Amino acid sequence: MKILVPVKRVIDPYVNIRVKSDETGVETENVKMSMNPFCEIAVEEAIRLKEAGKAEEIIAVSIGNQSCQETIRTALAMGADRGIHVLTEEKIEPISIAKILSKICEQESPGLVISGKQAIDGDNNQTGQMLAALTDMPQGTFASKIEIDSDKVKVTREIDGGLQTVSLNMPAIITTDLRLNEPRYASLPNIMKAKKKPIDQKSPEDYGIDVTPRVNVLKVIEPPKREAGIKVENISELVEKLKNEAGVI
Amino acid sequence: MTTLFFIEHANGQVSDQSLKAISATSQIDGDVHGLIVGSDIDSVVAEASKIEGLSKLMHLDDDSFNNILAENLTQLILNVSGDYEYFLAAATTTGKNVMPRLAAKLDVSQISEIIAIEGPDTFIRTIYAGNAIATVQTSDPKKVLTVRPTAFKSAAMGSSGCEITKINAENMPSISEFIGEELTKSDRPELTSAKTIISGGRGMQNGENFELLDKVAEKLGAAVGASRAAVDAGFVPNDYQVGQTGKVVAPELYIAVGISGAIQHLAGMKDSKVIVAINKDEEAPIFDVADYGLVADLFQVLPELEQAL
Ligand SMILES: Cc1cc2nc3c(=O)[nH]c(=O)nc-3n(C[C@H](O)[C@H](O)[C@H](O)COP(=O)(O)OP(=O)(O)OC[C@H]3O[C@@H](n4cnc5c(N)ncnc54)[C@H](O)[C@@H]3O)c2cc1C
Ligand SMILES: Nc1ncnc2c1ncn2[C@@H]1O[C@H](COP(=O)(O)O)[C@@H](O)[C@H]1O
Repeated sequence: MKILVPVKRVIDPYVNIRVKSDETGVETENVKMSMNPFCEIAVEEAIRLKEAGKAEEIIAVSIGNQSCQETIRTALAMGADRGIHVLTEEKIEPISIAKILSKICEQESPGLVISGKQAIDGDNNQTGQMLAALTDMPQGTFASKIEIDSDKVKVTREIDGGLQTVSLNMPAIITTDLRLNEPRYASLPNIMKAKKKPIDQKSPEDYGIDVTPRVNVLKVIEPPKREAGIKVENISELVEKLKNEAGVI
Repeated sequence: MTTLFFIEHANGQVSDQSLKAISATSQIDGDVHGLIVGSDIDSVVAEASKIEGLSKLMHLDDDSFNNILAENLTQLILNVSGDYEYFLAAATTTGKNVMPRLAAKLDVSQISEIIAIEGPDTFIRTIYAGNAIATVQTSDPKKVLTVRPTAFKSAAMGSSGCEITKINAENMPSISEFIGEELTKSDRPELTSAKTIISGGRGMQNGENFELLDKVAEKLGAAVGASRAAVDAGFVPNDYQVGQTGKVVAPELYIAVGISGAIQHLAGMKDSKVIVAINKDEEAPIFDVADYGLVADLFQVLPELEQAL
């Protein structure tokens, strides 16, 4: 079985975000970029399934500008076998990403697609579900546990009230939540080995997908700043303020 | 222009999240129809039919919808999707699971967790864990949206119900199956609807110590939440997590105890009306957003707080 893992390059989660003064977006020049944390979890899970003998090949796919190659290399260094880079300078939306991925699914016929639940830049949380719709596959979103049992996969999902378990016919799409696993760091020898692993370069046109945005970003602004308040000395002062000043207890 | 809103319910009541999110539809011209699913839900259907602004409620009574599968609910909505221009649901784990699938089936984009409506095709949402606010305009003929409930006030209830029609579950895909659910049991109010929340972080050290928070919560009638660090360490279940990738809350009072205030945590709580931080590190970033900060050892002051209430 093949596992397809879509990986997105995003601003590192620990970088302070700066909104551009012309309100067109956030500053990405000279900012540290990383693989989206949920995608790292997806790569890790695919590798574990391969190590457990449940999968033969892991294909990492990234869609975006030239530097996405680095993100694919990271996945290869962790243990993915080969990469597909779909090169585009456009800011592509989840629906177009999902369409490209669905064409790749047609060509590669993976038994599982494991993606992140959410890219931490746009906070969309859509691509996996959309890919599932386009390929008519079942979806196990927000996964905290995955068990493959012949032609079905059992997925434990993190839902608002607790945990839910579903069984999906394979091929299926899974999106990862934070507690699925702890991703490994690539070792130096594996980073060296990854340099020799193949990456196919493609374009959206190769898949016949029009990636013209349907959603236009009119402006991006900073959120209203919350002013720091005061320090209280002790609990009785705190309780007094909450009662008499804030009126919330 | 007609809007279809998917209404969720639990324990025999319309969910608070849906009641808040449905208010967003008042800013869209045209009729609003509701869809509600489950089995043996006559009383909740009657309640939902009174939500102000609804002109029609579609209702499916079917055992297979006691637990919602994204594949089946998407198909059900597609079955009735005909002339609707807007499709909305609250940004709950169900809304987030289903609405992107629906959008892709309709070949349109989806817009997630809107916090305001600017015009018929223009919406406001947060990106980068709430560090930026984007105004976006879609050119798609159909709009599929999830709504962040904390950004809206609960819809009022009218005195009489709207028209109710029954629908059936047809053409269900049968590619997935519900196996089971492990819901967190708690006597405390639900996080997303609580007026007061007290949350613990890594500083709590272990799960037993959350009892210190429970006791204060008891006095305040508060819900208990947590940071990701506390959930990852296994102190409390996953559904306690507040933040960018957990729950977004905006209570009247949020008390953060032993939480440093990482941006991902702030993303889930910084719209609270009043924020209190208790942390022994006076440099902790949580103090930058706190109205009232107390630099202290939580193990000393939590029992004092319980006493003082
Ligand atoms: C992709 C991604 C998504 C994330 N999503 C979320 C999310 O949704 N929600 C979330 O919360 N985090 C999230 N995080 C994690 C976030 O970055 C922080 O790691 C996390 O919030 C830290 O939790 P904490 O404040 O409890 O722990 P720490 O940062 O370790 O802080 C513990 C605090 O407790 C204080 N303390 C210790 N002992 C005591 C004592 N005895 N008395 C008083 N104070 C004490 C310390 O001074 C410290 O400030 C995410 C991270 C990533 C990368
Ligand atoms: N440009 C991209 N290239 C590859 N995978 C992507 C891309 N955008 C999104 N994804 C995948 O979809 C997941 C969810 O992203 P989103 O729907 O944008 O929140 C990510 O974690 C990735 O696995």
